[in-house]
Amino acid sequence: MINRTTLTNLWFNKRGRGYLLQLLVLLGVTTLLAIIASNTIANLQKAGLTSGFGFLGDQAFFDINQRLIEYTSQSSFGRALVVGLLNTVLVSSLGIITATIIGFFAGVLRLSDNWLVSRLITAYVEVTRNVPLLLQIILWWAILTSLPKIRDSIPVFGTLFLNNRGLRAPAPVFEPSFIWVFIVFIACLFFTFLLLFWARRRQRRTGKIFPVGLTALALVATVPLIVFFSLGQPITWDIPARTRFNFQGGFNITPELLALWIALATYTGAFISEIVRAGILSVSKGQSEAALSLGLRKNQTMRLIVIPQALRVIIPPLTSQHLNLTKNSSLAIAIGYQDLVSIGGTILNQSGHALEVVAIWMAVYLSLSLATSAFMNWYNKRISLIER
Amino acid sequence: MSSPKDTPNVYTAARPPPAASVGLIGWLRQNLFSSFSNTILTLVSIYLLSLAIPAVLDWAFWSSQVSGDNRFDCKVEGACWAWLDQRLGQFLFGFYPDGERWRVILAFVLLFAALLPWLTTGVPGQRYLRWFSIAYPFIATVLLAGGFGLEQVPTDKFGGFMLNLIVGLSGIVLSLPVGILLALGRQSKLPLIRWLCIGFIEAVRGVPLITLLFVSNILLPIFLPPDVTLDSIIRVIIMVTAFASAYMAEVIRGGLQAIPSGQYEAANALGLNYWRSMRLIVLPQALRISIPGIVNTFIGLFKDTTLVIVIGLFDILGIANAMVSNPDWLGLSTETYVFVAVFFFVVCFSMSRYSMWLERRLSGQRH
Repeated sequence: MINRTTLTNLWFNKRGRGYLLQLLVLLGVTTLLAIIASNTIANLQKAGLTSGFGFLGDQAFFDINQRLIEYTSQSSFGRALVVGLLNTVLVSSLGIITATIIGFFAGVLRLSDNWLVSRLITAYVEVTRNVPLLLQIILWWAILTSLPKIRDSIPVFGTLFLNNRGLRAPAPVFEPSFIWVFIVFIACLFFTFLLLFWARRRQRRTGKIFPVGLTALALVATVPLIVFFSLGQPITWDIPARTRFNFQGGFNITPELLALWIALATYTGAFISEIVRAGILSVSKGQSEAALSLGLRKNQTMRLIVIPQALRVIIPPLTSQHLNLTKNSSLAIAIGYQDLVSIGGTILNQSGHALEVVAIWMAVYLSLSLATSAFMNWYNKRISLIER
Repeated sequence: MSSPKDTPNVYTAARPPPAASVGLIGWLRQNLFSSFSNTILTLVSIYLLSLAIPAVLDWAFWSSQVSGDNRFDCKVEGACWAWLDQRLGQFLFGFYPDGERWRVILAFVLLFAALLPWLTTGVPGQRYLRWFSIAYPFIATVLLAGGFGLEQVPTDKFGGFMLNLIVGLSGIVLSLPVGILLALGRQSKLPLIRWLCIGFIEAVRGVPLITLLFVSNILLPIFLPPDVTLDSIIRVIIMVTAFASAYMAEVIRGGLQAIPSGQYEAANALGLNYWRSMRLIVLPQALRISIPGIVNTFIGLFKDTTLVIVIGLFDILGIANAMVSNPDWLGLSTETYVFVAVFFFVVCFSMSRYSMWLERRLSGQRH
């Protein structure tokens, strides 16, 4: 009977029960994994498939229209995946920048005391948030591809041309001497940082305020411009010119990229505007009143008191919206923009290496999101209110 | 001589407020033209609206057309809605056999009866209706798929908005309990359970739903024993549930963390065991706090049901895609997608309004 008493003791002891429960869960999970593994091996053998990442070196045999690096159909699967990853990065960074700008403007305007403007922004937010993103992407794509043919392109601002093959825009051509403008620009930036550092130290020591903002603006904006003009404007624009069937010069943004960009930016922008609104509302009015009565000027109040406190609320959900946008860019597959998932899907169909391709997808997106949450935790720790 | 005390108080009647601060003019001045920049904003908005509204109305109604057999009958500048009467059935029911569509409609009507006792209070016979709603999933399955004397309808005939509703509602109903368990697991004191839950939640939240759907389509058959096959709609429901419950778990964790530890301690002091203290004390409060987040997750889940098109199912968006590429109706893509968008807007917008109403009602109940 010893066996039974130990068992009952184990059951009525809180710690013992915990161990028992965890042991059972561990057993269950390992059994499940073992079953899946054996099934996978059996299924792969039955289908005559091999596993391993060796296939990444094989020739791809398919074309990719949208590419940032050299790629031909003779290139390898591995290179195709890199092209796809770069396309994901391209549309996500474009989308993140635009969505953040839209979101900040919309969030501030929605709080405006102008009845009409705040209603309009509300309508925008409600409509974009309550319609599936995939549908919005396809709708934008349908609209962009039903634009007139190249022959009847719609000119925008004279140098941009919209047609059913996308947007043709002037391309900047840098002459070799442009490098000097760039070097001067970087030098000015560096000098501004030094200035900021010095001004802060002087203010801490003596209390005197140095107008860093104005000086920095003068430095960073004017000096490179002076160099630019004194070198004889070493940048020219390759403006698209209409030929009989197509355009000569400039560069083309495909309707797929454009549709995905617009849809991701407006959709995520609506979510960001809600975050910004909540952030601004979270700073109590007493804060800005107190700052004003301490003698801070209005823009100082905004810059030193309101915005830092609002950002504390805004930044964590903002980063997760940026991450969402990156993940949502995988919906590109529906309109044929060749991102990581879409190219992975093609490779998966051609080579049959489903496990490996899915593993690559998961690895890429997981590392992106883990990096984001690591940043978020670091930021939260840095800015969290230290009470008492 | 009378002292100031004796002077009778003379009241002058209040003068009316300046005409410019009351009534319509006052409202206009306050809300539209309160400052120079506001005036400019208002004028710009009015100008943009005056361009947009007539154009949209003209496109959708005034110069639209509702009759015709194919796109060659569409001779108007504006929208052509001629496909509606031919295709509406497909948009709603997919390829569900014509003669059996009453079953879908019946299931849809019964759905309201099943949902009502959970959405509001004061419904007559609420207790019995709850029993009915527990039985509802089985009733609906039989109605939709057949059995018990009803003709069998294979699930590949399911489609249109009905498929969105099936996947969305199953996901919603299943993801809430799974999400609660995951959130509790993430807070658990047992390290193995906590780490398993964290691993699952972070892994699922880290990847796009589209890759999970690919997993359901390509990898699940590899993981299952060779002779077992799962219906594709069931596979989608499993994946959508897994996806939504990870997000749900995070929303509920937020609610759990907002409960003061005194509540947990009081429950312990009353002698309640873990499950009872959770069920009776902690979860009711935590869930009430998390209602906005929960409904947002539901809305997201419902919108995500359109993603099933990437694995070849024909939900309402899939039907729209098929129609747009049909030679009879080529080139009517804008009309079609706008029509689909209206469906989702109505459902999602009413869900979010409902959650706001619920929040207001519950915040009144708090002590």
